[in-house]
Amino acid sequence: MSENVTLEILRYMPEVDSEPHFQTYTIPYRDDWVVLDGLNYIKDQVDATLSYRWSCHMAICGSCGMMINGEAKLACHAFLRDYRHGVIRIEPLDHFPIERDLVIVMDSFMEKLSSVKPYVITQEKKSLSDGENLQTPLQLMAFKQYTLCINCLLCYAACPQCGLNEKFVGPAALALAHRYNLDSRDDGKEQRADVVASNEGIWECTFVGACSEVCPKHVDPAAAIQQTKISASLDWFKARLMPGADR
Amino acid sequence: MARSNKPILWFPFAAGGLVAALIIPVLILITGVLVPLGLLHLPYEKMATFAHNPIGKLILFGAVALPAWHAAHRLRMTAHDLGLGGGVVVKTICYGSAWVLIVATAVTLIMV
Amino acid sequence: MSRRPYIRKVERGWWLGHRRYVVYMIRELSSLFVGLYCALLVLGLVRLAQGRAAWDGFLAVLSSPLGVLFQLICLAFAAYHSVTWFALTPKAMPLALRGEPVPPKAIVGMHYGVWAVVSLVVLIAAGI
Repeated sequence: MSENVTLEILRYMPEVDSEPHFQTYTIPYRDDWVVLDGLNYIKDQVDATLSYRWSCHMAICGSCGMMINGEAKLACHAFLRDYRHGVIRIEPLDHFPIERDLVIVMDSFMEKLSSVKPYVITQEKKSLSDGENLQTPLQLMAFKQYTLCINCLLCYAACPQCGLNEKFVGPAALALAHRYNLDSRDDGKEQRADVVASNEGIWECTFVGACSEVCPKHVDPAAAIQQTKISASLDWFKARLMPGADR
Repeated sequence: MARSNKPILWFPFAAGGLVAALIIPVLILITGVLVPLGLLHLPYEKMATFAHNPIGKLILFGAVALPAWHAAHRLRMTAHDLGLGGGVVVKTICYGSAWVLIVATAVTLIMV
Repeated sequence: MSRRPYIRKVERGWWLGHRRYVVYMIRELSSLFVGLYCALLVLGLVRLAQGRAAWDGFLAVLSSPLGVLFQLICLAFAAYHSVTWFALTPKAMPLALRGEPVPPKAIVGMHYGVWAVVSLVVLIAAGI
């Protein structure tokens, strides 16, 4: 097949560029290629200076998130055949500083993730002799979908509130907090609340819902945040109307 | 980061959203379609009787105050989305308007 | 090698760039017309308190061409608010019955059912 497809990629090499600029590449079209295959072809055969993150090539590692024709997608999850009628525009994920080419700076996300204390917090320490935590399938069902996040950051790129306020804790971190708050083994909701129920936490969200739309693992962070708004509101009223209750 | 006091604004917003969704369309159907078409009549006596009744007052207050608050909070957040700032001016206009409507409703219903 | 991360500015018209965000803005703006109609209702209550003549004047305003046009626009946006609000309820209130999650369509359906009942009750009370 001698068909070609054109990629327009946002380049930025800080040692030579003052600003990002688009560079156009024409590559062979293959019916079974994803955008990542196209990028690998460019790096191997055309322009070795192109930088981008990738690893598993199967939508589980979360490395290759980028804007493809203005939509946040995993490059390994976007087929060339869906884009070939026209130029494919590839840019780094929105709402993050650009490190280099398609590589973004994700330090802020790592801080936000650890700030929600994403681990089981128990009221009393258990000893090994107490045995394992037991959990029924029903208890697992309550939080399982929120465990599926691969930290790909597509939700942060799609969320307008992330664009308007870089301090917003963001969908993935809040979904992960919800995962632990719903876990029957966990008692840490109160400890997470200082971050989760802060103005930069759930309250920055206006339920646009874009995060859940772009999530490749169907985590549904929007649902996690709305449920947390209800739970945090009830806690807020409880603390003021019934002080001292279930401390 | 400190625990936010947003719940005091958000909870009535959420309640208002539900009330607005359930009751506003039928009210507009009545006042904006059925009454102008002459298919429904809202004579003074019937309305005044309803507004005199304590339950009627409660229903009227809920049907107006909660959706008004819902609109105010939502428009405040949307102003921020539109780049019109989230500062004192926006908050005053939005919540101020809602309070004007809520107080006017309460005073009127008490006096009626 | 020195780092110089580049920060892209978010444009004020960010929401115009994608259909999803335009739809979001329309959804949010529906609350403006809910609020404006509430203001009309408050005006009606004030006129009611002012007596029969004032109330009849209010009814005339409701039935005027401008009044009807304004209310029809409000009705469209209010209905849009209802539809979009109900669609989002399964996310905010996931329900489980006998160990199985209640399908989202059922939760949305319940809301439409309540909407129908409330509307019917109001219409009957108004004298339909």
